[in-house]
Order: sequence, then C-alpha cells, then structure tokens
Amino acid sequence: MTRKVPVTISPKKSRREFVKKIKELSGQNLQLCYQCGLCSGSCPAVTNMDISPRQIIELARLGLEEEIVNSKTVWICASCLACTVNCPRGFDLSKVMEAIRLLTLRKNIDYVRPEDIPLQERSELPQIAMVSGLRKFTG
Amino acid sequence: MSLAYYPGCTLKTRARNLEEPAVASMEALGLKLDEIPRWNCCGAVYSLADDDLIHRVAPIRNLIRVKKQGKMELVTLCAFCLNTLKRANLLMKEDVEKRDTLNTFIDEGIAYSGEVKVVHLLEVLRDEIGWEALAQKVKFSLRELKVAPYYGCTLLRPREVAIDNVEAPSILREFLKAIGATPVDFAESTRCCGSYQIISNPDDISEYARDILNSALSHGAEALVLTCPLCDYNLGQGQKELMKKHNEFRELSLFYFTQLLALALGLDPQICHFELNYGNPESLLREKGLLS
Amino acid sequence: MSIKAEKKKPAETAVKEKEQVAAKLIPIYIMGKRYEVPEGLTIMKAMEYAGYVLIRGCGCRGGTCGACGTVYRKPGDYKLQVALACQKTVEPDMYIAQIPFFPVNRALYDFSKLTAAPEEVFKLYPELFRCVACNSCTKACPQGIEVMDAISALKQGNIAEAARLSFDCIQCGLCTSRCFGELAQYHMFQLARRIYGAKIVPRAEHLTEMVKAVDEGRYDRFLEDLKQTKEDDLKKMYQEREVEPMAAGEDWKPKDTTYL
Repeated sequence: MTRKVPVTISPKKSRREFVKKIKELSGQNLQLCYQCGLCSGSCPAVTNMDISPRQIIELARLGLEEEIVNSKTVWICASCLACTVNCPRGFDLSKVMEAIRLLTLRKNIDYVRPEDIPLQERSELPQIAMVSGLRKFTG
Repeated sequence: MSLAYYPGCTLKTRARNLEEPAVASMEALGLKLDEIPRWNCCGAVYSLADDDLIHRVAPIRNLIRVKKQGKMELVTLCAFCLNTLKRANLLMKEDVEKRDTLNTFIDEGIAYSGEVKVVHLLEVLRDEIGWEALAQKVKFSLRELKVAPYYGCTLLRPREVAIDNVEAPSILREFLKAIGATPVDFAESTRCCGSYQIISNPDDISEYARDILNSALSHGAEALVLTCPLCDYNLGQGQKELMKKHNEFRELSLFYFTQLLALALGLDPQICHFELNYGNPESLLREKGLLS
Repeated sequence: MSIKAEKKKPAETAVKEKEQVAAKLIPIYIMGKRYEVPEGLTIMKAMEYAGYVLIRGCGCRGGTCGACGTVYRKPGDYKLQVALACQKTVEPDMYIAQIPFFPVNRALYDFSKLTAAPEEVFKLYPELFRCVACNSCTKACPQGIEVMDAISALKQGNIAEAARLSFDCIQCGLCTSRCFGELAQYHMFQLARRIYGAKIVPRAEHLTEMVKAVDEGRYDRFLEDLKQTKEDDLKKMYQEREVEPMAAGEDWKPKDTTYL
C-alpha cells in the first residue's frame, strides 16, 4: 500500500538537473498533471508500490530525486499503459516511469542481472520474457 | 493469396501452439501466411525514451525487409510483437529527424517511412475475411465452450496502435461468436498480466493472475482465450502457484485464439499442440465432446 | 643509439642500400605512429618490418586461429574496417589498431550432460537476450559471417541454423568488442556448433558398419595381398584403377567387385 510519509520540500533538496533530464527523456510536460489520481486508480501494480504513480509526478516536478530513486515504484511498473490511456490531460506517465528507470540504468547500474536468475527459471522462461525483462532492467 | 507474416522468437519454441494452428487455419481459409525471410527479434518491448534510437533498429529493420519484398502489409500473431512493430512504424511515419538517422544507420539500401501496414491476425479475420464469412467456414461448433476473452495490454494500448475500442473492446467476443464458442465477458479482461515483471518480481505475477482468473471464473468462464505468449506464461505459471496454495482453486484452461480457430475449422487437433498449454485443455475439450 | 632510431633504421637503410628493390614504400600508422613499409606486405609482416616483435596477437599466420583481429580506418572515411593482420595487405594511409580480445563471459558446463534443446543455450548464456539487432557485430566480422542472423537464429531456438551460419568463425572476438549488448557471440556459437555436431547431426550409419567390417577382418586378406605385391605392379595397378565417374548414379558398380 502506498504510505503517507512526510516529505520535506526545500530549494536545497530540489534537483533541477533531475527535473530537466526527466523532461528531456520523457518528452512530457510535467506541469500538465493536476493530481486527479486516475493513474493510481488504473494502475494494476499500485498495491505493491511504496509511492503511487500520482505521487511520483508531484515529487518529480519538485525535483525530489532522492525519494524517487529510493522507491521501488518504477521497478514494479510493467509499462501496461493503463495510466497513459486514462489520463484526462493526455500526459504519458509511462514515459516518465521509463525516464526515471533510465537515469539509473544509463549509469551502468542494472536492476536485474541475468546471472542472478536461477538456472531452472532460465530454461523455463520464454524468450519474450527474457528479452523484454532484460530490455527494461539492464542498461 | 498470401500475407507477409512475422512470427517472433517464442513462436518457434514454446509457442508453437500459437503458430502452427494459425498457419494451418489461414491455409484452410485461402490466405497463406508467408514468413518473411531473415527476420530478427523485434525486441518485445517498445522503448519509451525520447532520445533512444538503438532499440528501434530491430523492429524497423524487419519492416524495411517487408517493404523490400514488395509487400505492403505485415501480419503478426503475437500481440506484443504487434505493439512494438506498430509503434516503431508510427515513429518512422511521423518523426522526420529520427527517420533519417535510423535509415542511415540501418543501411539496408532503401529509405523507409512507414509504408508497410502492421496488423494483427484478428484484424485480418475481422476486416479482410469478415465474421460472417468465417462463421460459414466453421465445421465444428464450440457452442458448449464458455470462453473469457483476455486482451491484456498490447492489443489496445497506447491509443494510437489499438486494434479496437480501448475502453470497451469487442473483437475477441465477435471472434468467439463467429467460431461458435460462447464468449464470457469479465471485468478484468484488459488488466495487465504483469508482463516482464516475471523475471524480477514473480510473486507479483501470481497476484495479478489471481485477480484476472478469479474475475473470469466468477463470471462463469471455463477457459480463457489469449493472443500473447507472455500472458500465457504469466497466467499459466500464476495459476499453478495459486493451485499449490489453494486446493479449491478451479483451474481455467488457457487457449490461444488460433487453436480455437483451428478446432472450429475442423482441422487435425494435433497441429494445436495442446500438450504445450496450461490448464489441462485436453480434458476440458474431451468433457465437452470437442476432442475424441 | 636510441630505440626510436633503431626502429627507423631498417626502412631507411633499405631505401639507400637497395635501390633496385621493386616494392614501393607506402605510409601506414601503427599505434598512432607513421611508418613507411613496402607495398604488398600483410599488416602483420608490415608491423614486423617496422621493427615490432610480435609475441601476442599473432598465431597461425594462416587466417585460422583468430589471434590477429585488427581494426583500421582510411583517411576521410568514418567507417571502421576490420581484417586479420596475417591476411590483409597494407594500403596507403591505413590507420590500424589491434584488438587482442575483450574479456568475455565464457560459461562453464559439463558437455556430456547437455541435451540438444535450445534451452541449454538460454540457460548458459542468458545475456543472449540483450541483443538489440544493431548489426555492429556483422560489420566487425573479418570472416564475412552474418553474425546478427546467427544470434537471431539462436534466439529463435534454431541451433542447427546458428551452427551453419557461424561455421567460418575463428573466435577472433571482434564482434564482442563492438557489441552493444555485451554478448560474447563467438562463445555462444561454439556451444551451438558443439551441440549440433554431437547431439543433432544424425550419425552416419554406414560408417559404423564399415568400421565393424574392418574390425571383423573382412579386408585383412586384401591388405595382405597388397603387401606382397611388388612396387612396379602396385604402380601399374594404381594407374589402371577404375575411377567412379563424376555423374555416376547411386547404383553404379565397378567392373571388378572383388573388394566390395
């Protein structure tokens, strides 16, 4: 369940570079979001997330990089695009999720290492699972 | 008449039970599926980053090869491949700058700007054959089979590649009616199966499977019809885990739409390769008198 | 005398002392330094001409071992060219660098326990699925192998096709050096060829039968007879032997069927 955690917003914590990179990578205007919460409502994975999709956008435009990077939200996202398709402002949240993932992956820090997948699973997983998983979780 | 056909890697191994009945069925319907030569893996997921070009090379190269063959349409069976190929195709149509860079890098000798039309086999059945014409070719009624249509994500999202109405799709229901099966609509038919999360968070997949399968069961379904090998794996494995934990969980048989098509057309059940399916479909089919 | 001067000496002396040498000298760049070497030499010989003593990155000198993978550029051209140093002759203004190898992930396995299933390859080399089909590997192959197509075949589970396409691979590793996905293509191909040869190709039954016949002594008598024959007679027998014609059908038989 997403938790209610007090977050300190201050100019000192706000990372402008972070906001800029997210805007560039996703091509999305973060100001479009009016926090209606339809995205969180459509998300099939929201119950497992610590920070909800709606909260991610708010944190992103405040430049609170630390909270976002330490959350597991973007790594549980399955890019199902339910949020994108339902957003009343035509905002593509799936691209923002991808941008946040890429900021870590492009530093050559992988979320999944192929060698950590158990041998038995490696022989059972269909190719489509391995290709898509390694695309999203390795740099 | 023949259609340029893109299989995708999994259809050559684990999902032979999606490909073989399709090839045989389309042959019986007079439209041959012609596998494009030298195709490479499309990459499964579409890259969502604005500056990313390298991950678009794979799907675009396949489309260029189709154009080189002189074919104007490309058919896929796998919904995930459809999504990736179609989105890459749109990029080549709309983004001039990226199109030029990609054409130069891919270097296949011809320039490509999205000329090929990418379609899913369901669209071919609906638009090129038509449900009425299909219904007339049905030799074997599947009336007794209560099948829940499961779309997943990739046939319907994002809006620009959807093959049907995004909020209220009906193509699978119409397909099931045409082949004489009984469609059972249910609430979670467009909910994501978890996709690639199976490699990193397999426990979440079991949860998603539980929600989807429970919903189908509660609406009276005996089987689920699918269009994607990843959905098949996730729901199948998820169901297995659920049955281990809860003895009373009623198993649903998972079918590919092409298998039901082949059965309805009266083709040899051997080509359906039911041994590769999850949820024990053979015993369900025998129970219904649909398999000897 | 400094080492630099020593290295220059052979070229200069060659020009001064042997004016009648037919080979023209052309400039090439080795390790960023310009040398004048005789036209017609291979890259490897040109490096040795320039004074380098090769103790690594050279092997069979016959285009088979893959030790001498070399990358070069020509001025004004952005494209990277590849070659084997022992096979490729030098061209004017060639700018070369040698890639001995990139450290690679070589899976450890007990071959006797493997089956012919494609899942064996997926298990041992899961990074196979990181391939993005960029084709950089094909462009880097000095043997002209369609590397991307062979990897594609492996992803599709077609070990036989991967083995067939990678037949000419000499394990030089240039593909790996350019690979976006950090795959060790040549190790994956070697596994595919090993599985193909040992577990997929059908055994030649007539070979087993023939070996059995030899062991049982069917040909001992003939061999003894030949051993007793005089050299001149042997030569005559060889020259007058009946040869199977090129267009012979399956049921062709020699006139003398004693040895069949």
